[in-house]
Amino acid sequence: MHLFLFLLFGAFCAGGAVNLLIQRKTINSALSLIVVMGSLALIYLLLGAEFVAVVQVIIYAGAIMVLFIFVIMLLNAGEEEHVKGSNVAMIFGIPGLFGGGIIGIWVLLQHGPEEKHIPIGALYGPADKVGMMLFTKYLLAFEATSILVLIAIMGAVVLARRSHS
Amino acid sequence: MSALTFLIVALIKIAVTLGVLLTVVAYTVWLERKLVGRMQNRWGPSRVGPFGLLQPLADGIKFLLKEDLTPPYVEKNIYLLAPGLALIMALTSIALVPIGPIVHLFGISTPVQITGVVNASGQVGDINVGILIVLGITSLGVYGIALAGWSSNSKYSLLGSLRASAQMVSYEVSLGLSLVGVLLMSSTLSLSGIVHAQLGTWFGFIPQWYIFRGQVVAFFIYMMAAFAETNRIPFDLPEAETELVAGYHTEYSAMKFAMFFMAEYANMVTVACIASVMFLGGWSGPPLPFLPVAVQAFLPLVWFSSKIFFFLFLYIWIRGTLPRFRYDQLMAFGWKFLFPLALANVIVTAFFVAIRA
Repeated sequence: MHLFLFLLFGAFCAGGAVNLLIQRKTINSALSLIVVMGSLALIYLLLGAEFVAVVQVIIYAGAIMVLFIFVIMLLNAGEEEHVKGSNVAMIFGIPGLFGGGIIGIWVLLQHGPEEKHIPIGALYGPADKVGMMLFTKYLLAFEATSILVLIAIMGAVVLARRSHS
Repeated sequence: MSALTFLIVALIKIAVTLGVLLTVVAYTVWLERKLVGRMQNRWGPSRVGPFGLLQPLADGIKFLLKEDLTPPYVEKNIYLLAPGLALIMALTSIALVPIGPIVHLFGISTPVQITGVVNASGQVGDINVGILIVLGITSLGVYGIALAGWSSNSKYSLLGSLRASAQMVSYEVSLGLSLVGVLLMSSTLSLSGIVHAQLGTWFGFIPQWYIFRGQVVAFFIYMMAAFAETNRIPFDLPEAETELVAGYHTEYSAMKFAMFFMAEYANMVTVACIASVMFLGGWSGPPLPFLPVAVQAFLPLVWFSSKIFFFLFLYIWIRGTLPRFRYDQLMAFGWKFLFPLALANVIVTAFFVAIRA
């Protein structure tokens, strides 16, 4: 059952990602990205990390993608222009993709953690455990992220102000 | 409990809850027309059945039989997807709401909650991030409205859905923050856990609901944000009929329009459920020991439904009372008043929780 669900949502995720690249209408691409985010959340859920799964849905699918759609609606972006693929990209891109993929997998297999796969339901699920880790082990990274967000907000305010005057 | 029993019980619970929810949705429309009618010195629906009680049925038949127009200039796939999305998101979150305590029927014990089970120690076990899932589903509900307005390819629809998505995204922040105080005090994210944290009483009759335990401000923030989330008066700018015809569902007809309509009312019910679970103790209430045992068994359902009725009545009452906000007022109110107030509430609550710990 778990394996079936994993394969199903993995297929959704990969299919959505490919569709995101193929589609020429921006709105369809954005919708495929939502499918990708949703399937990722369900894969987290299968791994037992229910808090991370829900946060994935709230933040990525519920907030960030809504803003994407909002901007697409506001600009009324239509279809992309179709260009014929460049030959250089064809010649170097496809072998490069395979080569890079193989190197990446090889590095992961060589230097990755001892266990090659995470068993289903093995991640830190409950919110209290995630919170505990955030505020003890990963406190520095957590606080640094909040400064990063603050800088981004300030940047947005500055940009918005400038366009008015 | 074997897998088959579990499946059957779950299916029965889903069927009953969905049936009750849809009936409540239909009769909320009737109640609204009737009450607003009385408030404006009219009769409201009075022709179909006694007191117009069969009016929702007549409306339903009308929606089914009307011609389903699809304008030629719409973005077809998304146009067809949007109403379904809105309705599904509105109906899903009721699954997480604890409607009643554990019931024992035909040798099976199960809580009156679709996602709840009785675990080995005889306690209610439900999803331990329940409230976050409700918030997640609510935030996905924006897509139905946003896509409907965009795909209709009409300026009224587009403006309506732009307003709706901006408004819902803005008020979601205050809505979420207003719940944090309760979560700090109950130290759980599971909805049935939150109800169980409010079961006690003071002096034997005042229930220990969070609204009486210092979360009054949070309750009012939640209610105001909830009105904006469900696009109700005084925040119903997305469908302001004097400016935008009908807002995001201008181009929809027949059943597709009805789906948006049902989604809006189902959202009202969900928001009322969450408000009563978080602040008013869900299905708990002051104990009434003088009632016979057979009546006692039904008390939780009575408490819960009377709380929901109170909120639905409040929605209609405010609709009959207040005018609509201007859009800049709406945004200023959300960001400059509700949001700082919700933050202050979180800080003060955290302070008191820390002192008591």
